Parts: sequence; C-alpha cells; structure tokens
Amino acid sequence: MAGLEDLYREIILDHHRNPRNRGELPPPAPHAVGHNPLCGDEIEVYLQVEDGRVTDIKVGGQGCSISQSSASMMSQAIKGKPVADVQALVRRFKGMMSIPDADGNEIEPDPEVKLGDLEALQGVVKYPVRIKCAILGWNTLLEALEQV
Amino acid sequence: MSSTALDTAALKQQFPLLQREINGTRLVYLDSANTSQKPAVVIDTMTNFLRNSYAPINRSAYQLAAEATDAYEGARTKVQQFINARRAHEVVFTKNATEALNLVAHSWGRANLQAGDVVVLTHMEHHANIVPWHMLVAERGIVLRWVPLTADGQLDLTTLAQLLDGAKVFSFTAMSNVLGTITPVQQLCAAAHAAGALAIVDGCQYVPHNVTDVQAWGADFMAFSSHKMCGPSGVGVLYGREALLEAMPPFLGGGNMIADVRLDGFTTAELPAKFEAGTPPITEVVGLGAAVDFLIGLGMANVRQHEIEVAGYALRTLTSRFGDDITLHGPTDTSVRGATFSLAFRGIHPHDLSQVLDQTNVCVRAGHHCAKPLMRLMGVAATARASFYLYNDTDDVDALADALDGASAIFGF
Ligand SMILES: Cc1ncc(COP(=O)(O)O)c(C=O)c1O
Repeated sequence: MAGLEDLYREIILDHHRNPRNRGELPPPAPHAVGHNPLCGDEIEVYLQVEDGRVTDIKVGGQGCSISQSSASMMSQAIKGKPVADVQALVRRFKGMMSIPDADGNEIEPDPEVKLGDLEALQGVVKYPVRIKCAILGWNTLLEALEQV
Repeated sequence: MSSTALDTAALKQQFPLLQREINGTRLVYLDSANTSQKPAVVIDTMTNFLRNSYAPINRSAYQLAAEATDAYEGARTKVQQFINARRAHEVVFTKNATEALNLVAHSWGRANLQAGDVVVLTHMEHHANIVPWHMLVAERGIVLRWVPLTADGQLDLTTLAQLLDGAKVFSFTAMSNVLGTITPVQQLCAAAHAAGALAIVDGCQYVPHNVTDVQAWGADFMAFSSHKMCGPSGVGVLYGREALLEAMPPFLGGGNMIADVRLDGFTTAELPAKFEAGTPPITEVVGLGAAVDFLIGLGMANVRQHEIEVAGYALRTLTSRFGDDITLHGPTDTSVRGATFSLAFRGIHPHDLSQVLDQTNVCVRAGHHCAKPLMRLMGVAATARASFYLYNDTDDVDALADALDGASAIFGF
C-alpha cells in the first residue's frame, strides 16, 4: 500500500481507535455540531471555559478516521490552554491544511505555535477531498467558542 | 475470469478510459451507478457530429440544419424504441433524470395537486424523487406517505393498498441506487392505477441494466439519465403518456416551446417541443442515440443476465472471503437485485475504505448516495458502494476483494 503511510500514520490510527476526550458536557456548556455533507461525518464539541481558558473539552460524533482523529488530537492539544492560544493553534492548523485566511491569503506558519502530534495530519494535504474531514472538528470548535 | 452472458474482455476494449492505467495498474471502475464510462462509438459519434454535422435544430432551412435535426430526432426515435414508448413525442429530452422528475412535479403537480392531496413515495428513493415532492409539501400542503422496506431491503407491500388509498400519485424507483433492489414495477403501477393514482417510475438505475417496456409496465411517467447508460452527461429523458403530456402546462418557457408569442401571451408548441425550451444539448442527444444503439447491439437481456452472474459471483466471493466481517446491504436473491452493493466492512469508515481501495485503482463511492432518508433508516451515515456494469467482470470482483484485504492490513485486522 505504498503512499498511504503518509495519510494513515500510526498516531492517527491510534487516535481513531482510542479517541481522547470522548463524551458530552451538560448544558449550558458551549456546544456546536459540525457536519460534512459530502460524507455524512459529524463532530460535536462541548467546551468549558473559565477565566479565558479552555478547562475542559468533550468530543462526540462519528465519521472517518481522519475527522475523528483530528478532533481527538485537537481536544488533547487545546485542553487547559488560554482561548487566545487556541485561536492561534486553529490558525496554524488551518495553515498546515492549506486553507487560506478570511481574506483569501495563505496563512504563514507561526513558529511560536507548536503543533506536536498534530503534525501527523500533514499528509492529509496531499488528499484534497480529505482536508474537509481533517478540518471539521476545528470549525466546530470555532463555532463553540463563539458561544463563550 | 468466469464467462458470462457478455464477452467482457472484448467489451472492455471498446471503452477507451478503461484502458487507462494509473501507477502501472489497471483501473477497476466500480462506480457506474454514479455514472458510467463511455464506449468509443459514443465518443466517436459525438466527435463526428461536431466535426461534420453540428448545426441548430428545428430553426433553419439549410441542409446542415436539416441533418442536425434529423440526427436529434433520430435519437428520440431510438429512445422511444428502447423503452417501447407508443409515440416518439412521448420522449422528452431534459438535462438529466433530476430535471425530468422536477418537470413532472412542477408541471403536472402544480396543475393537479391541492392541499391535502396524497403522494406516495418509498423509503428507498433518491433525493431526486423526494425533494421535488417536499417542495410541493411546502408550497401546496400536499401530504407524503412512504412505503417501508423489509429487513432485506425490498419494498414491504403489506400495507400498500392502505397507503395508496385516496392517493393521487405513486412515485417510486425501479431499482435502488443504494441497495440494488429491483422493485416489481408492473405490480406497483397496477396498484397505483387501482387506487386512481398516477404511476411515476424513476428508471435511472433500471434502464441502463434491463429491458425496459413502459407500456408493459403501465407507467404514466418514467425518468432516466443518459450518463448512467454509456451516454454523455447533460441529457436525460422524461417519458410521459401522450394524454398527460398534452394536458400539462409547460415547464420552462422560452424558445422552441412556443407556437406563437404575442404581446399579450403565448401558445405552446406541440409535443415534445412544448417541454424542450431553449437550445437543447444537441450533441449529447445524438450521443445518447449512439449509446442506445450500442446497448441494443449487446441486447439488454444479455446485459441483465451478465449482471445477475456478476452479482451472484460478488455475493459468493465476498461472503466466503470475509464472512461476518462484511455486510452487503440489500437482497441476496439476484432475481430481485442488480449488481450495485452498499457494503460495510470491519467497521472501517466508508471514506477510509474508498481511499484505501483507490490505492489499487478500485473506484467505489463513499457517502450517502443522495438517499439520506434511507441511510437514516439503515442506521448509517454513509456506506461504500461498489456498482458493476456491463464492462465489469468477475476479475473486478476479485480485485475488490483483494483491495478489501489491503484495507484490513492498514487498519490492523
Ligand atoms: C435512483 C436515482 N434517481 C435519480 C438519480 C438522479 O440522476 P441525475 O443525477 O442524473 O439527475 C439518480 C442518480 O444518482 C439515481 O440513482
């Protein structure tokens, strides 16, 4: 299966098999649901934000390995972080996925923002159809943050 | 390769795209329920037409325009014979099956359906045979009733008479694009008529694979698309009984569909021009004519027989190789199914499955297949779908099975 190792890295499969921070938070926790109408993937994000910091996050939904592992890694990466850092990480991740900013410009990688395990998702860029899968959880996170 | 009713080795040679190799491996195209590949004769007919005979139809007196009009109308006659319509003008060219179904809902529906009128659909419809009716629910207050399914994905007809009681329309698919189920069209048309309802058949998945006879069915309307039957995209067909088409108001207004236009109004052209407003997809219609000739040359009974054999081989091979690890949705009896299989495999998400299969050039579709109500009833968000056509053979089934093994390896089974 030459080629696919880039996409299905072991760490991605691990998050897919054992998704982190699965579950729900009771209302009135900020909550958003994201859909990928193309493949029916669904991600739910629940947040707990205290003093400008994401103190808890839970992820629900179902879908392919890329959407689910991306959301799982995202939850790990942002838990405990100040909201401003979370926003910066979202920006950095979107940049890695070749998604332009709101003005249509390429997002320059900010060396201050560390991706950690999320680097494993870099291979997705080579499969443009799957970028939507990888980004689903992140857009859902942004929607949930708007409710804070 | 086991032999079937068609000589697929020779047939594959007639499809230029199927000769293509990607990274040194052959293409295993299993997405014909989505759209089919085109034989050289269709491509060449369209190219020749564009090179030598292309001109407007129905509008000009010169020789070339007459030739183009003949080619266009000749295709209509071929389609008429292919589906055994009584008259050529009962064949209306549209953009695709979706437009054909919208034409019926819009023109016939708005002229004949009032608040509270009942339209009966089935749980296995494509969005193209659901949303136009939903639009009439919103606009007119019509009421939808649904024929449910049995556990093996056939229509559950035990309550059909009650569902049809008082209904104005029964609109149903002749073959499910998700489950492969072939429905008893003739029986369903008769049941509709017994209840005083119109019978509308979505023939999109059926016409490319079977002998079609709209008169034997007793269908009032029937819709299908050229691109699923070896023809080009951009053209579809609405068959309608003459009396119904005559009585209906036009769909789109503009050139070609009028007899006269004055400052204070218009009168419509005769059938079928009445429903073909504007410049039609001329070259595509001619291409569809060539596709029909190609299919007639093979014999639709042979195509069906071939697909029964391939479907049977697929059912046997996949279940013997993977047992409980694979779920093949839909009927297992090949006499009531085509060679389209939605499958679930070892919990691997359809998106991942299709991605891995693509590594060995096995092309399957992952998604909801434009049948979200059915997917919800099946309790899944998506399936992977392998659909076989006249150019697929048992080697392609084996290639699919091998590719599934490859997916198991990646996902650690
Ligand atoms: C059963 C069925 N009906 C209708 C359609 C719509 O066909 P088209 O997209 O060509 O209009 C399809 C195509 O996927 C189909 O499978």
